[in-house]
Amino acid sequence: MRLEVDIRSKSYTSANGKRQEVISGISFTLERGELGVVVGPSGCGKSTMMRILAGLDSNYEGRVSQPAGARLAMVFQEPRLLPWRSVEDNVRLAAPDVAEDRLAAIFGVLELEAHRSHFPGELSLGLARRVALARAFAVEPDFLILDEPLASLDDVLAARLRDEIATLVASRPMITLLVTHSMDDAARLGDRIFLLSSRPARLLRAMPITVPRAERGEETVAAIRADLARRDFSMS
Amino acid sequence: MLRLLSFALLLATWWVAATIAGSAKLPPPSAVLAVAVAEAKSGALFLHLGATLARVALAFTLSMAIGSALGYWMGRSRLANRLGDPWLILLLNLPALVVIVLAYIWAGLTEVAAIAAIAINKLPTAVVTLREGARALDPSLDEMAKVFAFPRGRILRHVLLPQLAPYIAAAARSGLSLVWKIVLVAELLGRPNGIGFEIGVAFQLFDIPLLLAYSLSFAAVVLVIEAVLVQPFEQRASRWRLRAA
Repeated sequence: MRLEVDIRSKSYTSANGKRQEVISGISFTLERGELGVVVGPSGCGKSTMMRILAGLDSNYEGRVSQPAGARLAMVFQEPRLLPWRSVEDNVRLAAPDVAEDRLAAIFGVLELEAHRSHFPGELSLGLARRVALARAFAVEPDFLILDEPLASLDDVLAARLRDEIATLVASRPMITLLVTHSMDDAARLGDRIFLLSSRPARLLRAMPITVPRAERGEETVAAIRADLARRDFSMS
Repeated sequence: MLRLLSFALLLATWWVAATIAGSAKLPPPSAVLAVAVAEAKSGALFLHLGATLARVALAFTLSMAIGSALGYWMGRSRLANRLGDPWLILLLNLPALVVIVLAYIWAGLTEVAAIAAIAINKLPTAVVTLREGARALDPSLDEMAKVFAFPRGRILRHVLLPQLAPYIAAAARSGLSLVWKIVLVAELLGRPNGIGFEIGVAFQLFDIPLLLAYSLSFAAVVLVIEAVLVQPFEQRASRWRLRAA
């Protein structure tokens, strides 16, 4: 089971009638159990690419092959919860078959146990993001897309949630794709790091990380970051 | 309390006006009440009220169901909107009387014609309101439902209906008040029973107490239905907003 991505071109016509190219060539593969991190300058087309991978946009040139029958889960940039359903219902509606102990485990890791019956409007953004993560993990996906799940959170909370994502990703074999603009997240979480150019996005470099995630110390992370910085966006 | 006071003021005004105008033109509340009690005892009041309410219920349900479906469709599909819009404008501006008269001519003085005519009158407002609701649906939640492969029934119940509920409540509210008015006209013109028919009889006999007895009983029923059914539904539909605030 693997994800094969080959997007040759994606463009759209903007409101003033001009044709804008968003993606001009991204191709990579990702195996089951691997976590790919997509890094690129903001506005480069990362979210557009994620929408294509999630099957929300089919108007592009190229091919994306997902394993047949793969269960998909996604954490969008905004939490996208149903405001009229409780936290628990939001998760259960996406994952109706989730076992109670599995749900309790996910809520435990994300520290949502106390908020089960709250409505999304009663939650802070950080909590709402955690509910969106809980929903994605409760689905027990084969293919998980995380579109900047840690954006606009403070450093301490972001670091904790990153560890929680690592824990949850390790708990089952799946294809995970994380979009971020944080080199730190990329260096700490990624099995493969994909560097994108600025718009129109093309793949600058696919960088495999050989040290297993759990064994990465601060030095390793620093070394990966230095390596990333050497081939940073100045190239584009 | 304030409502009761306001109601008492209305009754007092009526009483004073009746005294000034004379009971031939405006009978006092007591006379009207006496007629209403007499009609209720003979069973006629309930028979006619029942007939009218049944027509209202049928026409209202029919037009809400069809109107909501059409409105949703027109709000979601540009093609449907283009096709349906001229019809909608025509129906919106067609006088109720024209629809009722034509329905009776084409379908005869039948129950089907009456209910269809009432429903057609209410239909366009339901369509317009629900079209607005469908246009205001949050596309980001549609995408969420698609990514997590929500089946149709779950999308309808948990994603679409909660967003449409305020619009459905608004359509029900405005539609019901429209139906209350039109049903009497339809009955007056071509039905052998119902409040509208009785008002027609009272008009021909210039029997003002009878006319007022039926009109006010009808108004009382409308008020009760608004208070017991429509308002609680509106509150329930926006419950999560209150909790969130």
